[in-house]
Amino acid sequence: MTQMTFARAINAGLRKSLENDPKVVLLGEDIGALGGVFRVTDGLQKDFGTHRVVDTPLAESAIVGTAVGLAYRGYRPVVEIQFDGFIYPAFDQIVSQVAKLHYRTRGAVKMPITIRVPFGGGIGSPEHHSESPEAYFTHTSGLRVVTVSNPQDAHTVIQQAISCDDPVLYFEPKRRYHDKGEVDEALDPRAAVPMDQARVVTDGTDVTLVAYGPLVKTARDAAVAAADEGISIEVIDLRSLAPVDYGTVVASVRKTGRLVVTHEAGQSGGLGAEVAASITERCFYYLEAAPVRVTGFDIPYPYSKLEMHHLPGLDRILDGVDRALGRPNSLSGLEG
Amino acid sequence: MGQRSASAPIAADFTGAGGPAEASGRAGGLVQLITPSGERVSHPEFDPWLQDITDDHLCSLFEDMSVIRRIDVEATALQRQGELALWPPLLGQEAAQIGSGRALREDDFVFSSYRENGVAYCRGVDLTDIVRVWRGNASSGWDPYSINMATPQIIIGAQTLHATGYAMGIQNDGADSAAVTYFGDGATSEGDVNEAMVFAASFQVPVVFFCTNNHWAISEPVRLQSHIQLADRAAGFGIPSLRVDGNDVLAVMAATRVALDRARRGGGPTFIEAVSYRMGPHTTADDPTRYRDANELEDWAAKDPISRVAALLDRKGLLTAELQQQVRDKADAVAREMRTGCTTMPDPQPLDVFKHVYSTPNSWLDRQQDHYARYLASFGDPAEAVSEEGAR
Repeated sequence: MTQMTFARAINAGLRKSLENDPKVVLLGEDIGALGGVFRVTDGLQKDFGTHRVVDTPLAESAIVGTAVGLAYRGYRPVVEIQFDGFIYPAFDQIVSQVAKLHYRTRGAVKMPITIRVPFGGGIGSPEHHSESPEAYFTHTSGLRVVTVSNPQDAHTVIQQAISCDDPVLYFEPKRRYHDKGEVDEALDPRAAVPMDQARVVTDGTDVTLVAYGPLVKTARDAAVAAADEGISIEVIDLRSLAPVDYGTVVASVRKTGRLVVTHEAGQSGGLGAEVAASITERCFYYLEAAPVRVTGFDIPYPYSKLEMHHLPGLDRILDGVDRALGRPNSLSGLEG
Repeated sequence: MGQRSASAPIAADFTGAGGPAEASGRAGGLVQLITPSGERVSHPEFDPWLQDITDDHLCSLFEDMSVIRRIDVEATALQRQGELALWPPLLGQEAAQIGSGRALREDDFVFSSYRENGVAYCRGVDLTDIVRVWRGNASSGWDPYSINMATPQIIIGAQTLHATGYAMGIQNDGADSAAVTYFGDGATSEGDVNEAMVFAASFQVPVVFFCTNNHWAISEPVRLQSHIQLADRAAGFGIPSLRVDGNDVLAVMAATRVALDRARRGGGPTFIEAVSYRMGPHTTADDPTRYRDANELEDWAAKDPISRVAALLDRKGLLTAELQQQVRDKADAVAREMRTGCTTMPDPQPLDVFKHVYSTPNSWLDRQQDHYARYLASFGDPAEAVSEEGAR
């Protein structure tokens, strides 16, 4: 076990993938000498060369589009999109090509492309640097979408994503990059929990609280605070957003009878809606209350002085937990 | 694929870009080796690239072009007869497709648009596979690796990036093959095509940008896409370019060989503008009489790519009745094979709709497939499940 930051854990995972498979190549803006704006690729170009860690011109569609061509040639490209809000120029290549080529070619052409995206807010950035665009991609068939909440998962799941023969969007919670944790670098990713399985973070009996990415830490903190009030929260870290591991969530909700889902992305059409609907379909007779969503607002990501109002924090999550439990809460007395 | 130093050979090649094109033998600003009346024009810069082209080769190029025109006519007929949902004719572009397609090596890889069925023919495609997509039986006619040609791209220009990425892979592998991407005049306005040229130039990868300027992007004339000649755009990217008569099979072949040779020698990308004309509609669903002048069509009919090779063969005394019969027989046989393959193609099965979305099991989709299989099983005949009147 080694103490390392979230960013360093991904870096170490990328390094292993580069070492283990000569077909792995990294593409992105500023990922070479600079090591990426978040230093996630620090030192990799120096050690693996400019042909495997490639600084590209500034064109996101081309970064993804050339990754498609490399995959056609048998490579396993790992693409870095510098910030969440910069992914949209590549949207067509992701949705129309990366996601569909395996289907289009009836399985003849594999697209083992990993698209790394630092996402989410809370770092005081200007516009386009704090978005949570995951639902665009969870809605797109042909893609797998994962996110991680701790350095160990960051380290393991990046390797699993790269070795997966399907395209994977790998969302990195950028406000957690500097958080430290224990990482077992010797853990074989093939022996670890598969990336499409959710994880129960804390056991509980009263409410199931589903979170992912940056809000897993917030949810865990909320569970600790709630315990002081005698409320037992079971926190689930989804890890995989497409597909969602409903087996784990269903088992929890059948035990607790209550569901709260939280994410930074806006509410309408978000992943929380999908989770709430699917759990309602599968657990209707076990539910004691309607599922509750605690999410960002349906607004463009706000200027940084107000971002903490937009982002679900510990107290807003607990307010949602109170709603699910029928305890007094900020909406008590309101109909619907 | 790392960036080259400032001393990359491109600067030298770049001035060379205008070299052959600006030498003698230009007709209307185009490199031309066969005039519309079938006269072989000598060209000191391009002729060396055609030294191996014997009379037999010329006859076989004539046959190839005749065959793909026959494929095109047959496919159009199949669409009119309800056997195909749609077809994008290549009529008039036979020289551009055969001249370039026959310049390729087996280990080169093609990333084309949906109109390059003549190139697919050169790659050795199974004739049934040409029409599979247009019958609605699959989204790809063939396994791309079986003929080293990607599934033709429908999103305009997107494939140019795939070719560039593939060429980055060739460069990494240290191979001497090339990626060739085909696109039209309309595609040159797309961001992807411009980004592909930026990447290809920066990394100096072995890719050939083959632009068939057929003058029309559905109803939009090429002048709407560009105020300058398309080939001249390449200069802005630092990519050498060639502008050739796209209805001249030898000029196209020579230009493609020049570009491929540069790619194989590590000289980076080349942009070829093959000036041709889309004699037919954009697709069988299009009506060009709404937007273009019949006189324009007549002008281009006089520059027909097959007639001029026939005229050249005639001048050489090679256009014998025997050759013409042999070509007709071949074209008829190919058309028959394609028609039979088309009409006897087995329909896909309902649950095939779920196949190959992922290459590994996916819990969401597996559940949907399971539920739909149960639903289908509740009908005697799965066809009843999708009848418009319903079965209830």
